[in-house]
Amino acid sequence: MSAVSIKNVSKSFRAGVTALTDIDLEVEPREFVSLIGPSGCGKSTLLRIVGDLIQPTSGTVEVNGKPAAHARRDHDYGIVFQDAVLYDWRTVAKNISLPLELLRWGRSRREARVKDMLELVELTGFEKHHPWQLSGGMQQRVSIARALSFSPSLLLMDEPFGALDEMTRERLNAELLRIWHETGSTVVFVTHSIPEAVFLSTRIVVMSARPGRIAGIVDTDLPQPRTFATREEPRFFELVTQVRELLAASGAPLGVTQEPALAEESA
Amino acid sequence: MTSLVQPVPRSVRSRVGRQALDLLPALAVFVLGIAAWQAIVVGFHIQEFLLPKPTSIAHSFWENKHPLWSAGIYTFKEALGGYALGCAVGIAVALLFACWPPVGGAFMPYAVAANAVPIIAFAPIMNDWFGLLNPFSKMAIAAVLCFFPVMINTLRGLTSVHPSSIELMRSYAAGRASLFRRVRIPNSLPHLFTGLKIATVLSMIGAIVGEYFGGPIDALGVRILNDSSYGNFTQAWAGIVMASLLGIAFYALVAAAERLATRWHPSARAFQNE
Repeated sequence: MSAVSIKNVSKSFRAGVTALTDIDLEVEPREFVSLIGPSGCGKSTLLRIVGDLIQPTSGTVEVNGKPAAHARRDHDYGIVFQDAVLYDWRTVAKNISLPLELLRWGRSRREARVKDMLELVELTGFEKHHPWQLSGGMQQRVSIARALSFSPSLLLMDEPFGALDEMTRERLNAELLRIWHETGSTVVFVTHSIPEAVFLSTRIVVMSARPGRIAGIVDTDLPQPRTFATREEPRFFELVTQVRELLAASGAPLGVTQEPALAEESA
Repeated sequence: MTSLVQPVPRSVRSRVGRQALDLLPALAVFVLGIAAWQAIVVGFHIQEFLLPKPTSIAHSFWENKHPLWSAGIYTFKEALGGYALGCAVGIAVALLFACWPPVGGAFMPYAVAANAVPIIAFAPIMNDWFGLLNPFSKMAIAAVLCFFPVMINTLRGLTSVHPSSIELMRSYAAGRASLFRRVRIPNSLPHLFTGLKIATVLSMIGAIVGEYFGGPIDALGVRILNDSSYGNFTQAWAGIVMASLLGIAFYALVAAAERLATRWHPSARAFQNE
C-alpha cells in the first residue's frame, strides 16, 4: 500500500486559473519525496490537496489507502509550513502538545512526549520559552516537533526552511534527515531549492508551471546516511545538474522564477 | 545528546524599579503643566470664573473630599454597571459575528448606526425611559458608549488570524469550537483589551452626560452642573478632577488586568531584552 497515492488530480481555481493538471504520483512508505518547481507550478497546492486542506477539482488522493479526508480525520499526517505558525500565547512545550490536547491525551502522557520531542529537535531547556524568544531556525524545529508529536506516518512540509539563512538551512536539513531516519516516517517536501531537494530526497518530482504538471522524476541514489560530505560528492553535482536541466527543459523561464534556487547554488 | 544552544537566563533585574523610572517623564510633564497653569492664572490675573488656580481647585477638592467621594462613587457605580453591560454585549456580538459572518454582514451596519447615535440626544430619552433617578438610565447611556469600541476591536482580534493557523487546526481535524477556544479567542485578547481600555473612560463620560440631563442631587454630574450654574466654578473644577481621577483609576485597573492576561504577548519582549 502506498503512503500517498495521487491519481489524475487536477485543480482549477474559481478565477479560471488551472493550478494542476493530470497529476499521478505514488509515494511509498519511508520515502522522502521532494516537489520542486518554479513558483506557480502548484507544488504547495498539491501538498495541501494531499492534506485535504484544499479539494481537487477532479481526481482522487489516498493516504495510507484511505481517502485524504478520512486520513486527515485519523491524524495520519503532520504538517509544517514556511512560517512556523506557533502560538505566541503558548510556551514551546504547549505548542508541541497542541495536537496531543486535540487527541485528548492525558497530561502525563503529553508531558512525556513533549520531553521526547524536545530531545529529538535538540531544544531541551526551552520548554518554558515563548515562540518569539526563539530564533527562526529554533521556531521551525518546534514546528517540526509539533508535527511529529503524535507520531503520524506522513510528514507534509511546505518550504519549511525557505525563510531561513543558508547556514541554518543546511544544519536543519541534516537534522531533518536524522529525524526521518529515527522516526521512520514518510516525507513529502515542497522546496524551490535544487541542492536542498537533492540532499534530502530519495526521489525528486520536478514540476513545471502554467498549468502545473509533473515534468519528470529524478531518483537520487546518493548513499544513506547523508552527511556534510555528501554535498561535495561528484554524484551530488550530477543530480543537481540533472534537476536543473529538467526544470529548464520544462519551460521554467530561467533567471526569473528560478533565480532564488540558482543563487543558492553558487552561495 | 547536548544541545547546540543553551537557554538564555531570564533577566533578574527588578522590573518594578524600571517601571517606576518609566513613569518619571510623565510625572515631570504633570508637575510642569500644573506649575505653568498656576503661573499663567496668577501672572495674567485671570478671573476665577474663567479658570481657577490649581491651588484653589486642590483646596476646594480637599475641603469637599467626602461629598465629592460619595458622589464620585455613586457615578462610578453607574459607569461600572454600564461598562459591564456594554462590554458583555460587545463581546457577545463580536463572537456571534465571527462565528456566523453572514449575520455580521446583515447586522454590522446597524452596529455602526448605534455608534453614530449622538449620545447627547440619547441621554434625555434614556432618562425618560428608565426614570431620572433610576441609575439604570445612566448605565444604559454608558453601555451604548462602551459597546462599539469593544465589539469592533474584539471582532478584529477574532478574525485577524493567519490563514496558516486555520490550516494547521484543520490538519488536526479540530472543530470550530476548538478553533475558537485555542486560536481565535487568545488571538483576540490584545485587541479586546484595547476596546476595554477605551471603554473605561467612555463609561465615566456616559454616566456624567446622563446626569447632566437630570439625576439624584448626590451624583457627580449633577454636582458639577449645579456648581457651575451657581457660579461655584472652583467647586465644579474639583468635581471634574474627581471624575478624571476615577476614570484614570479605572483605566489603570483594566490596563493591569491586560498585562496579567497577555503576558505571553511579544510586546513583553521589551521588558526581557533590557
